[in-house]
Amino acid sequence: MLKNITLGQYFPGDTIVHRLDPRVKLVLTIVYIAALFSAQGIWGYVLMFAVLVTCFALSRIPVKTVLRGVRPILIIIIFTAVLNIFFTDGETVLFQAWRITITQEGLYAAAFMVTRLFMLITGTFLLTYTTSPIALTDGLELLLNPLKKIRLPIHELAMMMSIALRFIPTLIEETGKIMQAQKARGADFESGGLIKRARAVLPLIIPLFISAFRRADELAIAMESRCYHGGEGRTRMKVLKTQARDYMALFGGAAVLAAVIILRRLAL
Amino acid sequence: MPLLQTEKLTHTYSPGTPFERVAIADIDFTADKGECLGIIGHTGSGKSTFIQHLNGLLKPTSGHVYYDGKDIHQTKDLKVRFKVGLVFQYPEYQLFESTVFDDIAFGPKNMGLSESEVKERVHEAAGFSRLSEEFLQKSPFELSGGQKRRAAIAGVIAMMPEVLILDEPAAGLDPGGRAEIIENILAYKEAVNATLIMVTHSMEDIANTVDRVILFDDGVIAMDGAPKDVFSQGERLTAMGLAAPKAAMVAGRLRALGIPLGNDIYTMPQLRAALNALKN
Ligand SMILES: Nc1ncnc2c1ncn2[C@@H]1O[C@H](COP(=O)(O)OP(=O)(O)O)[C@@H](O)[C@H]1O
Ligand SMILES: [Mg+2]
Repeated sequence: MLKNITLGQYFPGDTIVHRLDPRVKLVLTIVYIAALFSAQGIWGYVLMFAVLVTCFALSRIPVKTVLRGVRPILIIIIFTAVLNIFFTDGETVLFQAWRITITQEGLYAAAFMVTRLFMLITGTFLLTYTTSPIALTDGLELLLNPLKKIRLPIHELAMMMSIALRFIPTLIEETGKIMQAQKARGADFESGGLIKRARAVLPLIIPLFISAFRRADELAIAMESRCYHGGEGRTRMKVLKTQARDYMALFGGAAVLAAVIILRRLAL
Repeated sequence: MPLLQTEKLTHTYSPGTPFERVAIADIDFTADKGECLGIIGHTGSGKSTFIQHLNGLLKPTSGHVYYDGKDIHQTKDLKVRFKVGLVFQYPEYQLFESTVFDDIAFGPKNMGLSESEVKERVHEAAGFSRLSEEFLQKSPFELSGGQKRRAAIAGVIAMMPEVLILDEPAAGLDPGGRAEIIENILAYKEAVNATLIMVTHSMEDIANTVDRVILFDDGVIAMDGAPKDVFSQGERLTAMGLAAPKAAMVAGRLRALGIPLGNDIYTMPQLRAALNALKN
């Protein structure tokens, strides 16, 4: 059960996509989303799909992993499809019974919506699949740095995010251990009705909270004893440097966005 | 027929991902009723993975586990968890009830015992762990580290398992606490003639207690035999990232200096006796 939580978890590798500067990848992800929402008509989608597939191929992420990652969000995708099919007004009625009308426009809208959602999710997963959490928060902090001017606590937010990301696997592992230990005492997490199941998680949740608080305490003390006092004057061990490939990637991103907009203008 | 047996037991974590790891491979193992076993091996050698198969918590990637002659994965029966009691490493982190009494009662309650039986089990288990009545009414979170550990172990003993398995029961305790824990466990074993399996990477903990030592190295059983046979192979142990008990090492060094000591010495009392014999 816990092993299936792959929702965008880092998938180590050493490909060109992995090596790109995280700032560039963040910007490109935003460009990708913008392009995806600008795309209209079949050719725009074909182009975006080709871009997505190329990026995944370059990053060598197995298709299976991607599909497994999408599974938890399947329900949202299905829900969107249903909404679009039944609630899009249109001329060409394909099917009508009682109050339900299905139109050709509705089917098209649903197909486009589902494709868009699927590509949106897998595209953003590509970022988290190929960028370690530390690199990601580093990139985010540097990108948002200008906002410090208007007194937004960017460093603190980035630190909170990296601590949260750092502890997700730890807490998952801990949950697994506590679950096993309680199962060894006959706890049953799998059967029974709603109330029984809700009660059954107490032996899991309580030790988990206690240990999370203990870890938070220990981490705070460890950070303080190493003189952590916020971001001011702090230098980095790994200084991010943009390279030729980063500029090329940015150029590629801009070209795709431009192409999508042109296709839209031409109404293809 | 052995009480507990495994056949070609293999477990692979996260198969088909970059994190794939074969933790144990082709383990053939038996344990008889009333036997007292020690499992040793360096960190990551697969000990914890192995023992979690013995009560069905982990499903083998391939191979079988038999309890009392029956394959425990054939039936979807939870009873084997009560027959084979497993105490995890740092069991105090699993305490959750508001009193020690309620926490120890968790296992027996899950077995479906009546209230009076549960009460009886809790008091019996508390007796083995030397937890007084006054402790039973306290919150587990008020106890000291060693007391918490004893309470958690009592929580498994209360199920009265035929096989009691403990993963590093004495890890992180001071010498007094360690001795006390081991004493409690042995008290239970003696009282009901249970099979005892103790996992540790510390030789000292098991040198004085077990009849048989099983040594894990990188997911396979590298040695299986009487303590004296395992502990006399100091060099092989060192090569596998372990150290023989101190008494065995001292005896080995003395032997190298030409003092005629047998190579079956691995506890301090044995060493003392042998040296005294030489003096006379
Ligand atoms: N839940 C898990 N997921 C993935 N790998 C694991 C997991 N638990 C243990 N391992 C790996 O399996 C190997 C054996 O671990 P373990 O059984 O805990 O050894 P030991 O108890 O002897 O230290 C180690 O390499 C460990 O990293
Ligand atoms: Mg272990």
